[in-house]
Amino acid sequence: MASGFVIRKNQYYDSVFLMGVNKRLSQAEGVLQTAVLMGSDKNKQLLVDIGIGGDEITKANPNDLIVAVIGESAQVVESVLRELDHALHAFEENLSGPRIHSLEDAIAEKPHANLAVLSIPGEYVLREARKALEDGLNLFIFSSNVPIEGELELKELAAEKGLLVMGPDCGTSILGGTGIGFANVVNRGSIGAIGPSGTGLQEFTCQIHNAGYGISHAIGTGSHDLSDEIGGITTLQALEALEANAQTKVITIIAKPPGVATLALLLERIKGCSKPVVGCFLGARMETAEWGDTLAWAPTIDHAVLSAIQHVDEKQELAKLTLTNQERDLATNARASWTPEQRYVRGLFAGGTFCYQSQLILTEASIMTHSNAPLDPKNSLAHPDKSLEHTLIDMGDETYTFGKPHPMIDSTMRSKRILSEGRDPSVAVLLLDFILGYNASMDPVGDLLDAIFEAKQMKQQQGGELTVVASICGTDKDPQELDLQEKLLREAGVIVFHSNAKASLFCCELLKPVQESVS
Amino acid sequence: MDIKQKIEKANKETVGRLTSGDPVLVDIAPAGEVIPGLEGMMITHSGPPIEWGRMCGAQQGAIIGMVLYEGWAANPDEARAMLEKDKIRLEPNHHHDAVGPMAGTISPTAPVWVVENRAFGNRAFCRQVEGRQQFGEFNEDALDGLRQWRDVWAPTLREALQKMGGLELNPIIIQALQMGDELHNRHSASSSIFANKMAIAISEADIPKERALPTLYYLVGHNLIFLGLAMACGKAITDPASGIEYSTVVTAMARNGTEFGIRVSGLGNEWYTAQAPVVDGLYLPGYSAGDAGLDMGDSAIAETVGWGAFSLGGAPGILTLVGGTPEDALEHTREMRKITTSTHPTYRMPALGFAGTSVGIDIRKVVQTNINPIIDTAIAHKDPGYPIIGAGLVRAPIDCFKGALIAFGQKYNN
Amino acid sequence: MKDKDQELLLEKLVVINVGVSGFADSLEQQEVEVIQVDWSPPAGGDEEMIDLLEKLL
Repeated sequence: MASGFVIRKNQYYDSVFLMGVNKRLSQAEGVLQTAVLMGSDKNKQLLVDIGIGGDEITKANPNDLIVAVIGESAQVVESVLRELDHALHAFEENLSGPRIHSLEDAIAEKPHANLAVLSIPGEYVLREARKALEDGLNLFIFSSNVPIEGELELKELAAEKGLLVMGPDCGTSILGGTGIGFANVVNRGSIGAIGPSGTGLQEFTCQIHNAGYGISHAIGTGSHDLSDEIGGITTLQALEALEANAQTKVITIIAKPPGVATLALLLERIKGCSKPVVGCFLGARMETAEWGDTLAWAPTIDHAVLSAIQHVDEKQELAKLTLTNQERDLATNARASWTPEQRYVRGLFAGGTFCYQSQLILTEASIMTHSNAPLDPKNSLAHPDKSLEHTLIDMGDETYTFGKPHPMIDSTMRSKRILSEGRDPSVAVLLLDFILGYNASMDPVGDLLDAIFEAKQMKQQQGGELTVVASICGTDKDPQELDLQEKLLREAGVIVFHSNAKASLFCCELLKPVQESVS
Repeated sequence: MDIKQKIEKANKETVGRLTSGDPVLVDIAPAGEVIPGLEGMMITHSGPPIEWGRMCGAQQGAIIGMVLYEGWAANPDEARAMLEKDKIRLEPNHHHDAVGPMAGTISPTAPVWVVENRAFGNRAFCRQVEGRQQFGEFNEDALDGLRQWRDVWAPTLREALQKMGGLELNPIIIQALQMGDELHNRHSASSSIFANKMAIAISEADIPKERALPTLYYLVGHNLIFLGLAMACGKAITDPASGIEYSTVVTAMARNGTEFGIRVSGLGNEWYTAQAPVVDGLYLPGYSAGDAGLDMGDSAIAETVGWGAFSLGGAPGILTLVGGTPEDALEHTREMRKITTSTHPTYRMPALGFAGTSVGIDIRKVVQTNINPIIDTAIAHKDPGYPIIGAGLVRAPIDCFKGALIAFGQKYNN
Repeated sequence: MKDKDQELLLEKLVVINVGVSGFADSLEQQEVEVIQVDWSPPAGGDEEMIDLLEKLL
């Protein structure tokens, strides 16, 4: 143990300040006790009580600063006293701005705000959203688990006030070029989009951009908007807004099949729309006669993209969604390296709409798929973790995201699942999606690369080859560097498409002969 | 009017009273002569009501000190025995228009500051502020400070004050807030201004040098002397704001080292209590967090009227208590604005662009935001017999406010 | 007068972001005026208090 002190003549500080300095000094490693005080008689007695005394101390007066240190070693004491100035002046650091803790305060701070983005637990959404609407704010509600009757109340209130409620469970919007939530950086243009699904809108807007066209506005509506309980309130408002919006030449709706009554209502509204509308209601069945003059029907997102582009650029031909011969050869080669046991596809998706569209396309090709989010409830997996034959999993489903980050942000769950599928000798194809854009992982490919390598290795050890097929949803303007992401995948032997529909079609091609032999 | 409108109207009235107080120091007199109901062998203490057996160490120590000071017992053991047998009446200061720092003890012969709120005509009282007995120390040295106060300092100041004909305190408060005091833990400016005024008064009052000089030394050397006055002001200001039907504004926050209690204007004199919290503090040499008692004292009356931690942003000198930066202190002060009803028209802080101090803590806002009022405070030892050991910040426990809100709902919402 | 939802497509966005701060960051990257609310549940999530406050505040 060692001790030491310094006296600074005529350096007066108030005792409260010195208590703070004392706290700082006493936190240094190896310090047993410190005293930082002015040389009053009472204080000098305190020093004597802890074993610090002597002539110098006795002679100190109340305007002299005394700093005493008792430490484990002389070095400790010396270094603490040497750092004294630092401790005396350390209070000037750590400036931070004021924080806002409530919507009310934010409104007071920014009375001209026109949009509130809510990403708070579902049970609190109603209260905050009501306040926002009362204050004239439009809403983007990312939160899910908002009771449906609450959603209805909000949307009715908003409609009454002429405000828009995007959500709840809304992942994406692009308003006037600004991406909100999970959105890609896309060119501005004259194609408008509306959709309850975030990834559906992302896929659509990316493909429009990648084809050299642009988006006027893409309005997310929330996943329940087209249910019959809600009746498409937001979709109808968005349609109206885009119809009135001079920049928008064509309006595309990307959605899973709406409720029966809502679809009828929507079609009626579309018939009266002054602008052409492209309807992509994935898997909805509809007689051509019911479409009306203004509606172009698109079975997949890719069809919707082509159809929308055709409306703004007549030179464009409406191509069919097919594979090139080169792609077919690629499929044949891949298939040749499989063992006889390898016969199934396993799709692991971050985007719910991708899982859905892939099921549609595979089913269309008579490939029966199981899923945790099936098209038909009879194909529901008994346990989402246990794949069965052809299985497509929505990793963004509540089972996987309850209390955990979404697979678009965190790859942990998907990595694990890739490995477990790789281990299964009956698996031939792994179908993945990679989603770029704001708020998604900054390196979605890199996050899964190790797992992909390992799964491929396992398959090789089984004597076969794992065919990994991926779609990337992104643009060259996204913060993640599309080129690099794609390069990483190709170098890992992954077959890459810029469309989930194309990737799914490729899987059909891969599985065709297998499928034929099964049936 | 629906209930929300009634509450808003009532709160406006309450805050109107809180911000129109006009405190004047009118006397410095033995407690027994001026405090209503303080009589016989009786000691008042800080915080909500509590009996001897549940009192914390520091408060017990301070009460033993008071018993010895009054000469009701010859030694600490005898004092303790009397207290255990309930020979001494113990009641909260707040039940007698009074407040006291830390243990807050007041006994009949102890002189108290007498402050009159001229706007409403009510009086309030606060004891002497010192660093020993009120923290639970009861040895002869500690009690000597009380005796000097009783025999020399207080009578001298009283004489001078009477010669002056009273002292208006708002001018001192307003000036001090602009000079970096927050009027709870930092009273450097207010105490100096007060000392200046009294020094002249003492000189003019022809007081003999043998009393004048020690009093001047006391006055000039005591940089927390104004705390006692500020607390009496706080009490004088809050009392007329109590008992307003439908008001959700807090009219008292007080702690006895065992429990933290609040009173709410619309809920009359009822206390809503929770366990006293631990103070986040800095310690004097030789002491540490392990020695500390829980939060104690009536001094949170300062925060109740918008001083203390509610004005911290204007008092950079005590920032080290927060362990932070001027920005942190500003943030604390801004944060308190979120749980208060209004700002003070004349109590202003230059550091916040001369904004008024936040005043009128609304229990609804506290519960809603989960922002608990912050309080500047000193720290007493957990055991009897020690002087001040540190100082720091503490948050009022949320359960007091929840309890009050439930009671409010039961009283007004049915 | 146009509805506010239609105006929204024409106006410059000024956003109040309540919750996930990444959403505010990405808006800032796009040079959108945005204010971040560090939100926490009202009344600390105490249901009884939330109900009571609904009536009183």
